Amino acid sequence: MIKMEPRQESSPWMPYVSPLLAGVLTLVTGAILFAALGQDPLFALKTVLITPISDAYGVGELFVKAGPILLCALGLSVAYRANVWNIGAEGQLLMGGLAGSALAVQFTDSEGLWLLPAVLLCGMVAGMLWAALAALLKTRFNTNEILTTIMLNYIAFNLLQYCVHGPLKDPHGFNFPESAMFADAARLPLLMEDARVHLGIILALAAAAAVWVLLGKSFLGYQIQVLGRDSRAAKMAGFKEKRLVWLVLLLSGGLAGLAGVGEVAGPIGQLVPQISPGYGYAAIIVAFLGRLHPVGVTLASILMALLFMGGEMVQIELNLPLALVGMFQGMLLFYLLACDVLILYRIRWVSPPATQTL
Amino acid sequence: MNSDSKLEDLPVASAQGGLPMPSRLALRGITKQYPGCLANDRVDLDIKPGQIHALLGENGAGKSTLMKIIYGLVKPDRGQLYWRGNPMQIADPSHARSLGIGMVFQHFSLFETLSVTENIALALGTPAREMKTLSRKIADVSRKYGMTLNPERLVHTLSIGERQRVEIVRCLVQDIKLLILDEPTSVLTPQEVDTLFVTLRQLAEEGCSILFISHKLNEVQALCDGATVLRGGRVSGSCNPQAETPSSMARMMVGDDTPIATEYVKVEGGAPFLTIHGLNKSTHDPFGTHLKNLQLQVRSGEIVGVAGVAGNGQEELLAALSGEEPVREGDCIRLGDQAIGHLPPDQRRRLGVAFVPEERLGRGAVPTMSLRDNGLLTGFLQGLVQNGMVQTQKTEAFARSIIDRFKVKAGGTHSQAKSLSGGNLQKFIIGREILQNPKLLIAAHPTWGVDIGAAVAIHEALIQLRDQGAAILVVSEDIDELFQISDRICAICHGELSPLRATAHTTIEQVGRWMAGDFVEDAA
Repeated sequence: MIKMEPRQESSPWMPYVSPLLAGVLTLVTGAILFAALGQDPLFALKTVLITPISDAYGVGELFVKAGPILLCALGLSVAYRANVWNIGAEGQLLMGGLAGSALAVQFTDSEGLWLLPAVLLCGMVAGMLWAALAALLKTRFNTNEILTTIMLNYIAFNLLQYCVHGPLKDPHGFNFPESAMFADAARLPLLMEDARVHLGIILALAAAAAVWVLLGKSFLGYQIQVLGRDSRAAKMAGFKEKRLVWLVLLLSGGLAGLAGVGEVAGPIGQLVPQISPGYGYAAIIVAFLGRLHPVGVTLASILMALLFMGGEMVQIELNLPLALVGMFQGMLLFYLLACDVLILYRIRWVSPPATQTL
Repeated sequence: MNSDSKLEDLPVASAQGGLPMPSRLALRGITKQYPGCLANDRVDLDIKPGQIHALLGENGAGKSTLMKIIYGLVKPDRGQLYWRGNPMQIADPSHARSLGIGMVFQHFSLFETLSVTENIALALGTPAREMKTLSRKIADVSRKYGMTLNPERLVHTLSIGERQRVEIVRCLVQDIKLLILDEPTSVLTPQEVDTLFVTLRQLAEEGCSILFISHKLNEVQALCDGATVLRGGRVSGSCNPQAETPSSMARMMVGDDTPIATEYVKVEGGAPFLTIHGLNKSTHDPFGTHLKNLQLQVRSGEIVGVAGVAGNGQEELLAALSGEEPVREGDCIRLGDQAIGHLPPDQRRRLGVAFVPEERLGRGAVPTMSLRDNGLLTGFLQGLVQNGMVQTQKTEAFARSIIDRFKVKAGGTHSQAKSLSGGNLQKFIIGREILQNPKLLIAAHPTWGVDIGAAVAIHEALIQLRDQGAAILVVSEDIDELFQISDRICAICHGELSPLRATAHTTIEQVGRWMAGDFVEDAA
């Protein structure tokens, strides 16, 4: 008989083993699924995980996708540490892309060095403002931020659709729902000649280092974590709860906004209806998979980027639907949450108790 | 089980476990293992009909587990329970109630917005058409046992003592054979305790057995005619409390190597440091207590104790003092000549205020954080943070010095707060505050749920801090503790404070009257 019993102290190593275990279980389940679909499971897994990064271009593309995911997930990690459940990275990302584009299309002929920083800043501020709506509702009216941020995602998406079909549409674009191409001065510079990888990944890694200092070294980060683990202790110690809620929401909104503007000013170069294949949602999984720690989140965002690429690859190579990406993401989170039970509990095999006789 | 045959209160054939006495309830070899803790280890217990039997032991000795086993809430791993001579497995509390076992928990399970009758009807599953009968029965029972209770009153209008009566009456309206009371006196004033004892003696005379769980030895001596002492999950002794002294029973509870409470010298104190003047505060909690025109002064170098039954405004007073719920008129609370009532907790700490909250796990300390990080929780003003960055080594040293100076038993500074026992965590929290050299320490229930050894250590630390010249305010429900350590004492009732008297010039009876809200005769 299997028995779960609570551990006296949470396991010190299980938080690190759990994501690995979840990864293995996801691969095994994925292999079974591919076999059921009539594919050679090993070949299919190779198509998902190895084929996409088998050349320099692929590796570059990996970092193109990992950048925005990492930026979003870093912000979410900080917010989740404070028990602020920001589900709105996607919306904040879209608003960042939208606002950055709105500025960039005003200066399509500019060569000014100021343009790129201004565009990036504009995107960040837009993401922060979008998150500020949730912060205001939460601190003022005690509204649940999970609901408000999700709803703001839909509003952001439709606002973007309206703008790209309306005010921001390229007047010389043959009525395609696209903005004009940005000036080169508004684009993130490329890091390699023959790949699309750009400055965004450097910004994301710098953000990871900053978040590491914030959470691991600073007193502010300590306050955030006390608030998340035990809000009454935070109150007892005199930490300002509302100020911290504002801070984490603005931070995660700003980073998501930067991710969004990084997409339009990076690989895309203009505003299009689809600037994110769901990076903001994937970042939620990445944040948990990376244990809300900047190093873990960095590794997890690379894995998530690989899954996005692998999904496209199976679509091309094996003729399987792109929905497979979502399924792998879902399995990963599902197994992770299941394995996380082992942090607080351990499994014991016990022999069934002998039936008592009177 | 097989209880067809009538064996009521008769001696039982020894073949079934060798019971020597006609017991209402007998336990043999009860063992219960929890992960990392043997809660009960081969416990034997006998309660005779009409006996008032004490179950003594410190917190964590296994009293709660044992009574939960009797009441069917927990299944023992090994051992046998005999009910009126028959081996019995009690499946769940409703089975226990059907056998005639009733239990009054330390924390009441009553619906505040329902009447007394409705609450009892809910527990009994009484159909609505019989409510009138039940109501009459409640009135009868409460009159018979001297527990005044109006069946139509809504529970939230009742005092704590009256709520306890509801719980007891709930057991008595059924055919009760064994009444289990878990620390029943901890929520009562000394006068209410006397009334309760009269009721319990009357019940016992009528043949009802009573299992009285407590750690207050003088009460056990006054009431019980049998006692079983638990220590570390095992029976460490059985005795007749009438033939023992409180200190000999205390020895059985704590063992030979733990110091038992000593007497402390009372002092006068110096200049007034904390002044509460005309503090009024209304609460948002519908069942909270409004504070009414509080006046209180704590001098440097003295301990002032605030007695009172839980829920009389202690929480509100403490929140106002700690700054968790600042008051608008800052002048109501003054530190020296500085108004602090409007300041948040961290700014009060800067002025030398330290605070030990009631809940140690989940307010006083973050359960899942290490002791090192928990030291930082309130110690951040001690140079542990520079330029916004946590100084890891200093934080480590601070936690280490708390652990060393206050002999906190822990794996190290990396141990999670939740892995410590209540007493050790409380020593850590009090140590954390004392090491900051506060000018004013506010401590809520400093030894609640703490073993005797830790309680003595905590009291000594408070006395030492007092002698260094700090003002100390202790709020506690344990009146014995307050008489032991405080230099001046008062009581809080319905959000009002009684007069403040030197402890040496008052009596437990007088403080008991204050706890019941009777200040008038003393006001002059």
